[in-house]
Amino acid sequence: MATTLNIETQSNGKAIRMPALLAYLLLGIAFGIVLTKSEVISWFRIQEMFRFQSFRMYGIIGSAIATAAISVALIKWLRLKSVSGEIITIPRKQLGSGIRYAVGGTIFGLGWALTGACPGPLFALVGNGVSVMIVAIFSALFGTWVYGLLGRRLPH
Amino acid sequence: METWGSILWPWYLAGPLIGLFVPALLIVGNKLFGVSSNLRHMCSALVPGRLEYFRYDWKGDGLWNLVFLGGVIIGGFLAFHWGSPHDIAISAQTKVALTKLGIRDFSGVAPHEVFSWQALLTLRGFVPVVLSGFLVGFGTAYSGGCTSGHAISGLADFQLPSLIAVLGFFAGGLAATHFILPLLF
Repeated sequence: MATTLNIETQSNGKAIRMPALLAYLLLGIAFGIVLTKSEVISWFRIQEMFRFQSFRMYGIIGSAIATAAISVALIKWLRLKSVSGEIITIPRKQLGSGIRYAVGGTIFGLGWALTGACPGPLFALVGNGVSVMIVAIFSALFGTWVYGLLGRRLPH
Repeated sequence: METWGSILWPWYLAGPLIGLFVPALLIVGNKLFGVSSNLRHMCSALVPGRLEYFRYDWKGDGLWNLVFLGGVIIGGFLAFHWGSPHDIAISAQTKVALTKLGIRDFSGVAPHEVFSWQALLTLRGFVPVVLSGFLVGFGTAYSGGCTSGHAISGLADFQLPSLIAVLGFFAGGLAATHFILPLLF
Protein backbone atom coordinates (compact mmCIF):
# COMPACT_ATOMS: atom_id res chain seq x y z
CA MET A 1 0.00 0.00 0.00
CA ALA A 2 2.98 2.28 0.51
CA THR A 3 3.27 2.79 -3.23
CA THR A 4 -0.14 4.47 -3.39
CA LEU A 5 1.32 7.35 -1.39
CA ASN A 6 4.05 7.85 -3.92
CA ILE A 7 2.80 10.64 -6.17
CA GLU A 8 5.65 10.55 -8.61
CA THR A 9 5.18 7.76 -11.06
CA GLN A 10 6.97 6.43 -14.09
CA SER A 11 5.70 6.90 -17.61
CA ASN A 12 8.02 5.76 -20.36
CA GLY A 13 10.88 6.34 -17.98
CA LYS A 14 9.78 9.90 -17.27
CA ALA A 15 8.44 10.94 -13.90
CA ILE A 16 5.15 12.80 -13.78
CA ARG A 17 5.73 15.46 -11.17
CA MET A 18 3.32 17.26 -8.93
CA PRO A 19 3.09 20.49 -10.98
CA ALA A 20 2.06 18.47 -14.03
CA LEU A 21 -0.57 16.60 -12.02
CA LEU A 22 -1.86 19.95 -10.78
CA ALA A 23 -2.11 21.11 -14.39
CA TYR A 24 -4.15 18.01 -15.28
CA LEU A 25 -6.41 18.64 -12.29
CA LEU A 26 -7.01 22.26 -13.31
CA LEU A 27 -7.67 21.22 -16.92
CA GLY A 28 -10.15 18.62 -15.67
CA ILE A 29 -11.92 21.24 -13.58
CA ALA A 30 -12.12 23.55 -16.59
CA PHE A 31 -13.49 20.69 -18.70
CA GLY A 32 -16.18 19.91 -16.10
CA ILE A 33 -17.21 23.58 -16.07
CA VAL A 34 -17.42 23.81 -19.87
CA LEU A 35 -19.40 20.54 -20.11
CA THR A 36 -21.86 21.84 -17.51
CA LYS A 37 -22.29 25.41 -18.76
CA SER A 38 -22.69 24.29 -22.37
CA GLU A 39 -25.30 21.71 -21.23
CA VAL A 40 -23.48 18.96 -23.13
CA ILE A 41 -24.08 16.80 -20.05
CA SER A 42 -27.86 17.10 -20.37
CA TRP A 43 -29.94 14.09 -21.45
CA PHE A 44 -32.36 16.62 -22.97
CA ARG A 45 -29.63 18.05 -25.23
CA ILE A 46 -28.58 14.58 -26.37
CA GLN A 47 -32.19 13.80 -27.25
CA GLU A 48 -32.45 17.07 -29.16
CA MET A 49 -29.31 16.09 -31.09
CA PHE A 50 -30.43 12.57 -32.03
CA ARG A 51 -33.79 13.97 -33.15
CA PHE A 52 -32.07 16.60 -35.34
CA GLN A 53 -34.10 19.34 -33.67
CA SER A 54 -31.28 21.71 -32.85
CA PHE A 55 -27.99 22.65 -34.45
CA ARG A 56 -26.46 23.25 -31.03
CA MET A 57 -24.72 19.91 -30.31
CA TYR A 58 -23.53 19.61 -33.91
CA GLY A 59 -22.12 23.13 -33.68
CA ILE A 60 -20.31 22.24 -30.46
CA ILE A 61 -18.88 18.93 -31.68
CA GLY A 62 -18.02 20.32 -35.12
CA SER A 63 -16.25 23.43 -33.84
CA ALA A 64 -14.46 21.35 -31.19
CA ILE A 65 -13.10 19.02 -33.89
CA ALA A 66 -12.12 21.97 -36.13
CA THR A 67 -10.32 23.73 -33.26
CA ALA A 68 -8.53 20.54 -32.25
CA ALA A 69 -7.60 19.73 -35.88
CA ILE A 70 -6.08 23.17 -36.48
CA SER A 71 -4.19 22.94 -33.18
CA VAL A 72 -2.85 19.46 -33.95
CA ALA A 73 -1.78 20.52 -37.45
CA LEU A 74 0.06 23.53 -35.98
CA ILE A 75 1.73 21.40 -33.31
CA LYS A 76 2.96 18.95 -35.97
CA TRP A 77 4.06 21.67 -38.35
CA LEU A 78 6.01 23.50 -35.63
CA ARG A 79 7.31 20.15 -34.27
CA LEU A 80 6.50 21.35 -30.79
CA LYS A 81 7.82 19.68 -27.68
CA SER A 82 5.67 19.22 -24.62
CA VAL A 83 6.47 20.97 -21.34
CA SER A 84 7.63 17.55 -20.16
CA GLY A 85 10.28 17.69 -22.93
CA GLU A 86 8.98 15.01 -25.32
CA ILE A 87 8.36 15.57 -29.01
CA ILE A 88 4.59 15.60 -29.32
CA THR A 89 3.30 12.54 -31.15
CA ILE A 90 -0.19 11.15 -31.62
CA PRO A 91 -0.28 7.36 -31.89
CA ARG A 92 -2.04 5.93 -34.96
CA LYS A 93 -4.91 3.57 -34.25
CA GLN A 94 -4.68 0.21 -35.99
CA LEU A 95 -7.54 -0.25 -38.44
CA GLY A 96 -7.50 -4.04 -38.56
CA SER A 97 -10.77 -5.31 -39.98
CA GLY A 98 -12.50 -2.22 -38.60
CA ILE A 99 -15.13 -4.39 -36.91
CA ARG A 100 -14.20 -3.28 -33.43
CA TYR A 101 -14.81 0.36 -34.38
CA ALA A 102 -18.12 -0.25 -36.18
CA VAL A 103 -19.60 -2.70 -33.69
CA GLY A 104 -18.05 -1.27 -30.52
CA GLY A 105 -18.99 2.22 -31.67
CA THR A 106 -22.60 1.21 -32.28
CA ILE A 107 -22.86 -0.45 -28.86
CA PHE A 108 -21.44 2.71 -27.30
CA GLY A 109 -23.94 4.84 -29.26
CA LEU A 110 -26.89 2.82 -27.97
CA GLY A 111 -25.77 3.50 -24.43
CA TRP A 112 -24.89 7.13 -25.12
CA ALA A 113 -28.38 8.02 -26.35
CA LEU A 114 -30.26 6.20 -23.58
CA THR A 115 -28.15 7.36 -20.65
CA GLY A 116 -27.71 10.77 -22.27
CA ALA A 117 -24.06 10.90 -21.32
CA CYS A 118 -20.71 9.70 -22.57
CA PRO A 119 -17.95 8.97 -20.05
CA GLY A 120 -16.83 12.58 -19.35
CA PRO A 121 -20.37 13.86 -18.73
CA LEU A 122 -21.15 10.82 -16.53
CA PHE A 123 -18.60 12.12 -14.05
CA ALA A 124 -19.55 15.79 -14.51
CA LEU A 125 -23.17 14.81 -13.74
CA VAL A 126 -22.11 13.35 -10.40
CA GLY A 127 -20.55 16.74 -9.65
CA ASN A 128 -23.84 18.32 -10.68
CA GLY A 129 -25.60 16.34 -7.99
CA VAL A 130 -27.18 13.63 -10.19
CA SER A 131 -25.91 11.04 -7.74
CA VAL A 132 -27.67 8.09 -9.39
CA MET A 133 -25.09 8.37 -12.17
CA ILE A 134 -22.66 6.72 -9.76
CA VAL A 135 -24.60 3.54 -10.57
CA ALA A 136 -24.15 4.21 -14.31
CA ILE A 137 -20.40 4.65 -13.71
CA PHE A 138 -20.18 1.30 -11.91
CA SER A 139 -22.15 -0.29 -14.76
CA ALA A 140 -19.70 1.25 -17.22
CA LEU A 141 -16.79 -0.12 -15.19
CA PHE A 142 -18.45 -3.54 -15.27
CA GLY A 143 -18.92 -3.19 -19.05
CA THR A 144 -15.24 -2.39 -19.49
CA TRP A 145 -14.34 -5.34 -17.23
CA VAL A 146 -16.50 -7.70 -19.31
CA TYR A 147 -14.66 -6.49 -22.42
CA GLY A 148 -11.42 -7.33 -20.62
CA LEU A 149 -12.84 -10.80 -20.01
CA LEU A 150 -14.23 -11.50 -23.50
CA GLY A 151 -12.31 -9.11 -25.72
CA ARG A 152 -9.85 -11.65 -27.06
CA ARG A 153 -12.68 -13.75 -28.45
CA LEU A 154 -14.33 -10.84 -30.28
CA PRO A 155 -13.52 -9.89 -33.88
CA HIS A 156 -11.30 -6.84 -34.11
CA MET B 1 -26.62 41.87 -16.23
CA GLU B 2 -26.38 38.10 -16.35
CA THR B 3 -23.11 36.54 -15.31
CA TRP B 4 -21.28 33.73 -17.14
CA GLY B 5 -22.45 31.44 -14.38
CA SER B 6 -26.11 31.92 -15.15
CA ILE B 7 -26.25 31.83 -18.94
CA LEU B 8 -26.10 29.00 -21.41
CA TRP B 9 -22.69 29.19 -23.07
CA PRO B 10 -23.16 29.51 -26.85
CA TRP B 11 -22.02 26.66 -29.05
CA TYR B 12 -19.38 28.77 -30.78
CA LEU B 13 -17.72 29.36 -27.42
CA ALA B 14 -18.19 25.89 -25.90
CA GLY B 15 -17.07 23.95 -29.00
CA PRO B 16 -13.70 25.68 -29.49
CA LEU B 17 -13.07 25.56 -25.73
CA ILE B 18 -13.64 21.79 -25.73
CA GLY B 19 -11.37 21.45 -28.80
CA LEU B 20 -8.57 23.30 -26.99
CA PHE B 21 -8.25 20.49 -24.44
CA VAL B 22 -6.53 18.47 -27.19
CA PRO B 23 -3.53 20.84 -27.66
CA ALA B 24 -3.50 21.72 -23.95
CA LEU B 25 -2.95 18.08 -22.91
CA LEU B 26 -0.47 17.49 -25.72
CA ILE B 27 1.54 20.54 -24.71
CA VAL B 28 1.47 19.86 -20.97
CA GLY B 29 2.62 16.26 -21.19
CA ASN B 30 2.23 14.74 -24.68
CA LYS B 31 -1.07 13.22 -23.53
CA LEU B 32 -3.97 12.41 -25.81
CA PHE B 33 -7.36 13.76 -24.75
CA GLY B 34 -9.65 10.79 -24.10
CA VAL B 35 -11.81 10.16 -21.07
CA SER B 36 -12.82 6.52 -21.46
CA SER B 37 -9.32 5.07 -20.88
CA ASN B 38 -10.05 5.93 -17.27
CA LEU B 39 -12.62 3.15 -17.07
CA ARG B 40 -9.85 0.69 -17.94
CA HIS B 41 -7.43 2.36 -15.51
CA MET B 42 -10.03 2.15 -12.72
CA CYS B 43 -10.68 -1.54 -13.41
CA SER B 44 -6.93 -2.15 -13.45
CA ALA B 45 -6.53 -0.32 -10.13
CA LEU B 46 -9.57 -1.81 -8.38
CA VAL B 47 -9.79 -5.40 -9.68
CA PRO B 48 -6.53 -6.23 -11.49
CA GLY B 49 -7.02 -10.02 -11.30
CA ARG B 50 -5.55 -12.18 -14.01
CA LEU B 51 -7.07 -10.57 -17.10
CA GLU B 52 -4.33 -9.50 -19.47
CA TYR B 53 -6.28 -6.39 -20.53
CA PHE B 54 -5.93 -4.98 -17.01
CA ARG B 55 -2.34 -6.05 -16.33
CA TYR B 56 -0.31 -2.96 -17.10
CA ASP B 57 1.13 0.02 -15.24
CA TRP B 58 -2.11 1.97 -14.75
CA LYS B 59 -0.36 4.61 -12.68
CA GLY B 60 2.32 5.28 -15.25
CA ASP B 61 -0.14 5.29 -18.14
CA GLY B 62 -3.22 6.73 -16.52
CA LEU B 63 -2.65 8.63 -13.29
CA TRP B 64 -2.63 11.93 -15.18
CA ASN B 65 -5.99 11.03 -16.77
CA LEU B 66 -7.55 9.92 -13.48
CA VAL B 67 -6.48 13.23 -11.94
CA PHE B 68 -8.05 15.01 -14.94
CA LEU B 69 -11.25 13.01 -14.37
CA GLY B 70 -11.30 13.95 -10.69
CA GLY B 71 -11.13 17.54 -11.90
CA VAL B 72 -14.17 16.95 -14.13
CA ILE B 73 -16.25 15.98 -11.08
CA ILE B 74 -15.03 19.05 -9.18
CA GLY B 75 -15.65 21.24 -12.25
CA GLY B 76 -19.20 19.91 -12.51
CA PHE B 77 -19.77 20.70 -8.85
CA LEU B 78 -18.34 24.22 -9.14
CA ALA B 79 -20.31 24.97 -12.30
CA PHE B 80 -23.51 23.70 -10.69
CA HIS B 81 -23.08 26.15 -7.82
CA TRP B 82 -21.90 29.04 -10.00
CA GLY B 83 -24.84 31.16 -11.03
CA SER B 84 -28.54 30.49 -10.74
CA PRO B 85 -29.87 27.15 -11.96
CA HIS B 86 -32.34 27.12 -14.83
CA ASP B 87 -34.17 24.56 -16.90
CA ILE B 88 -32.61 23.21 -20.08
CA ALA B 89 -34.23 25.26 -22.85
CA ILE B 90 -34.62 22.52 -25.44
CA SER B 91 -36.43 23.12 -28.70
CA ALA B 92 -40.23 23.06 -28.67
CA GLN B 93 -40.29 20.05 -31.02
CA THR B 94 -38.09 18.01 -28.69
CA LYS B 95 -40.30 18.95 -25.76
CA VAL B 96 -43.37 17.77 -27.66
CA ALA B 97 -41.68 14.49 -28.64
CA LEU B 98 -40.50 13.80 -25.08
CA THR B 99 -43.90 14.74 -23.64
CA LYS B 100 -45.45 12.16 -25.96
CA LEU B 101 -43.04 9.61 -24.50
CA GLY B 102 -44.34 10.48 -21.05
CA ILE B 103 -41.71 12.89 -19.74
CA ARG B 104 -43.49 15.43 -17.53
CA ASP B 105 -40.68 17.01 -15.54
CA PHE B 106 -38.39 19.24 -17.61
CA SER B 107 -36.58 20.76 -14.65
CA GLY B 108 -32.95 19.91 -14.02
CA VAL B 109 -30.23 18.61 -16.28
CA ALA B 110 -31.79 15.16 -16.81
CA PRO B 111 -35.40 14.01 -16.30
CA HIS B 112 -36.02 13.05 -12.67
CA GLU B 113 -38.56 10.43 -13.79
CA VAL B 114 -35.70 8.47 -15.33
CA PHE B 115 -32.53 9.47 -13.49
CA SER B 116 -33.33 9.14 -9.80
CA TRP B 117 -32.77 6.52 -7.12
CA GLN B 118 -36.56 6.01 -6.90
CA ALA B 119 -36.77 5.16 -10.62
CA LEU B 120 -33.69 2.93 -10.64
CA LEU B 121 -35.55 -0.34 -10.26
CA THR B 122 -38.29 0.52 -12.75
CA LEU B 123 -37.84 -0.28 -16.45
CA ARG B 124 -37.52 3.40 -17.44
CA GLY B 125 -34.82 3.96 -14.84
CA PHE B 126 -32.98 0.63 -15.04
CA VAL B 127 -32.38 0.62 -18.80
CA PRO B 128 -31.00 4.19 -19.14
CA VAL B 129 -28.84 3.98 -16.00
CA VAL B 130 -27.77 0.39 -15.41
CA LEU B 131 -28.00 -1.28 -18.83
CA SER B 132 -26.90 1.77 -20.81
CA GLY B 133 -24.02 2.39 -18.45
CA PHE B 134 -22.89 -1.14 -19.22
CA LEU B 135 -23.20 -0.53 -22.99
CA VAL B 136 -21.18 2.69 -22.68
CA GLY B 137 -18.41 0.91 -20.77
CA PHE B 138 -18.35 -2.17 -22.99
CA GLY B 139 -18.72 -0.24 -26.25
CA THR B 140 -16.00 2.25 -25.48
CA ALA B 141 -13.56 -0.50 -24.49
CA TYR B 142 -14.36 -2.54 -27.63
CA SER B 143 -14.11 0.46 -29.96
CA GLY B 144 -11.08 1.85 -28.11
CA GLY B 145 -12.44 5.31 -27.35
CA CYS B 146 -15.44 7.52 -26.72
CA THR B 147 -16.69 10.91 -27.79
CA SER B 148 -13.50 12.62 -26.62
CA GLY B 149 -10.95 10.06 -27.80
CA HIS B 150 -12.53 9.15 -31.14
CA ALA B 151 -14.87 12.01 -32.10
CA ILE B 152 -12.57 14.84 -31.05
CA SER B 153 -8.95 13.62 -30.74
CA GLY B 154 -9.22 10.94 -33.45
CA LEU B 155 -11.12 12.98 -36.03
CA ALA B 156 -8.90 16.02 -35.39
CA ASP B 157 -5.95 13.81 -36.38
CA PHE B 158 -7.86 12.45 -39.44
CA GLN B 159 -7.74 8.85 -38.28
CA LEU B 160 -10.02 6.50 -40.24
CA PRO B 161 -10.70 4.12 -37.30
CA SER B 162 -12.13 7.05 -35.34
CA LEU B 163 -14.41 8.02 -38.22
CA ILE B 164 -15.79 4.46 -38.34
CA ALA B 165 -16.30 4.56 -34.56
CA VAL B 166 -18.08 7.94 -34.70
CA LEU B 167 -20.40 6.70 -37.46
CA GLY B 168 -21.13 3.77 -35.14
CA PHE B 169 -21.82 6.17 -32.24
CA PHE B 170 -24.47 7.94 -34.32
CA ALA B 171 -25.94 4.75 -35.77
CA GLY B 172 -26.36 3.35 -32.26
CA GLY B 173 -27.63 6.66 -30.87
CA LEU B 174 -30.24 7.08 -33.60
CA ALA B 175 -31.43 3.49 -33.19
CA ALA B 176 -31.73 3.89 -29.43
CA THR B 177 -33.54 7.22 -29.68
CA HIS B 178 -36.05 6.25 -32.34
CA PHE B 179 -36.60 2.53 -31.73
CA ILE B 180 -35.63 1.61 -28.16
CA LEU B 181 -36.67 4.67 -26.19
CA PRO B 182 -40.36 4.47 -27.26
CA LEU B 183 -40.48 0.92 -25.89
CA LEU B 184 -39.39 2.03 -22.42
CA PHE B 185 -42.09 4.60 -21.82
